[in-house]
Amino acid sequence: MTPPQAGWADHPAALALAGRHRVRVWEPIPWVLALTFYFAFPKHLGFGTELLVTILFAISLDLVLGYAGIVTLGHAAFFGAGAYTVGMLAKHGIWNEPITGLILAAVVAAAVGLGSGLVLLRTHGLTLLMLTLCTMALLEEAANLAHDYTGGFDGLDSLPIAPLFGVFEFNPLYPKTQYLYVLTVLFVCFVFVRTLVYSPFGQSLTGIRENMLRMHAVGAPVRGRLVLCYALSAAIAGVAGGIWAQANAYVNLGTLGLDRAATVLIILVLGGYGRLYGAFIGAVAYMVLSHFLSKIYPTAWQLGLGLLLVVIALFARNGILGIAEAAVRRLRTPHATL
Amino acid sequence: MTTPLIETRALCRNFGALAAARDIDFRLEAGARHALIGPNGAGKTTFVNLLTGVVQPTSGSILMKGRDITGVVQAERVKLGIARTFQINRLFRRLSVLENVCIAVAERVGAAPSMFRPAGMRRDVVEESMHLLDSLKLTADATHRISELPYGRQRLVELAIALGLKPEVLLLDEPAAGVPSAESHIILDAIDGLPRNIGVLIIDHDMDLVFRFAERITVMVSGAVFATGSPGEIGADAAVRAVYLGRAGHG
Repeated sequence: MTPPQAGWADHPAALALAGRHRVRVWEPIPWVLALTFYFAFPKHLGFGTELLVTILFAISLDLVLGYAGIVTLGHAAFFGAGAYTVGMLAKHGIWNEPITGLILAAVVAAAVGLGSGLVLLRTHGLTLLMLTLCTMALLEEAANLAHDYTGGFDGLDSLPIAPLFGVFEFNPLYPKTQYLYVLTVLFVCFVFVRTLVYSPFGQSLTGIRENMLRMHAVGAPVRGRLVLCYALSAAIAGVAGGIWAQANAYVNLGTLGLDRAATVLIILVLGGYGRLYGAFIGAVAYMVLSHFLSKIYPTAWQLGLGLLLVVIALFARNGILGIAEAAVRRLRTPHATL
Repeated sequence: MTTPLIETRALCRNFGALAAARDIDFRLEAGARHALIGPNGAGKTTFVNLLTGVVQPTSGSILMKGRDITGVVQAERVKLGIARTFQINRLFRRLSVLENVCIAVAERVGAAPSMFRPAGMRRDVVEESMHLLDSLKLTADATHRISELPYGRQRLVELAIALGLKPEVLLLDEPAAGVPSAESHIILDAIDGLPRNIGVLIIDHDMDLVFRFAERITVMVSGAVFATGSPGEIGADAAVRAVYLGRAGHG
C-alpha cells in the first residue's frame, strides 16, 4: 500500500493527465508536409493557401463545437467580420499593413463574438443553431446594404495590401509570400488553441460539453466561460477571414455566407471534431475529394460528398481521425473484444 | 441555540398551480446526519434545487450560518460550501475518473480560468483528486472513462466530485438509486466514512439507508414538512406511517 503522503504523481492516471499536452512524435508531420508542399508544388500555392486558411477556420470552429459543444451554423459571421475589417480598412486607405491588419480583424471579430455570444449563449440546441444562422444572415445582409463601405454585392477587389515587413509583396499570381505567411499564422494560432484545450480552462470547456448541469453544480460560471470561448474562437475565425482577404486581395459577400459556414462544419465532421488535427485531415480530405469527384462527375459531384457524409454520420461519428484512433487502439491491444 | 448551517424560513415555490414547496421551515445543523423522506412528488428534489439555487423560491428565505443567501446564484453557493449529488448520474462520461474529480477541484481552488498552463501540471489539483479517489477506494479506476465503470462505481464518482468541492453542506439526492443491491454496500460504506464536520442531508426512499444513517428525519408530503424528529420518533409516528411508511412499503 502507498502511504498517504507518498504522492500520487506516479499513478498512471496522473501520468496520463500530466503527459497529455506533450508533443507527440507524429505531430510535426503536417507541418513538414506543408513545407514540402511549398517546394514540391510551386504552381499550386494558390490552392495550398486556400487550404491553410480553411484549416485555420476549421480550428476556430473546433474550439467552440468540438471542445465547448456549442453547435453553430453561423461561424462564417466571424470569418466575414475579419475579412471585411481588412478589406474596408485597406480599400478606404485607412490601414493596409498585414500583421496589424490581422490583429484588428481579430479584435473586431472577437467583439462581434462577444456581443452576439452574450445574447445567443443563453440558449442551446436548435434555438442556438438557428440564432447563429440568423446572426450570420443579418451580417451578410448588412454588408450587402452598406454598399458605400462594403461594395455591396460586388465586394471590394484589388485591395492595396502593403508588403509584409515592407519587403515581401503579395503577388496574386505567385502566392509564395501568402503561402508562408498563412502557414506561419496558422502555426501561431494552432499553438494557441492547442495550449488552450489542454489548460484547466479547456478542461472546463470539455466539462461543459460533457455535462453542463454538473458544471453549474461544481460552481463553474458556465455562461461566462462559453462566451469567452466563443469570443476567442471568433477572433481566430476573424484572423482566418482577414488573412483570406489579404491573400486574395478581395473580399465579397461569400465570406459571410451559409455556404462557407456549412463547408467548414462538414470539414470538421469529416476530419473528426474535438481532436485538434481533425481540421487538418478534414480540410485535406474535403479539398481532395471535391477535386476528384468534380473531375469524375462534374454535374453532380456534391452527391458523392453527401453520401460520404451520411456514411460518416451513421458509422463513424468521430470522423476520419476517429477511425484512425480506433484502428491504433486495436493494434495496441490485439485481444480486445471491442 | 446555535446558528444552524442551513435554515429555511417559510420557503415556498409554485410551479403554476402546483405548490412544490409550501412554507418549509427547515434546519440543518453543523455536522448533521439528516434525512429527508417522503412519497414521490412530495417536493424533495425541488427542495434540493431551492437550497442549491437551481430554482428560485416564490417566497421565503434561505440562510446559511445566519446569512441570507436567497438571492445568491448557484455558482456562488457552491463557493460558500453547498454541494450536491444528483439522483441520476451527471458525470463527464467521456473523461477519465481522475479528470472528473480534477474539474471539480480545479474549480474550487480557482485553477479553472487559467488558459496557458497544462491542466495535468497542476500538481496540487491532481494530488488532491487522487487522495479523494483513494479515500473512496477508486484509485484502481482512476484511468478509466466513466462509461467503462459499473453504475455503482459511477455513483461513487458523483460523491467524489461533490467532496472535491470541500463542502460544509452535502446534499445527497438518492445516493444509492439505481445501484444493484450487491454493490450498494460500497455507497453505504462511503457515506458512513464521510468527514464528521460536513452537514449531510440525504434524500432517499430506501428506509434501510435512512434509518441506518440519519440522526434526524424530516418527512415531506405534498410540498410541506409533515413531521421532523429522531428516527425513533418518526418510526413510531402513526400519522407518518399512515401517509408514507404504510403506503410506500418498508423496502
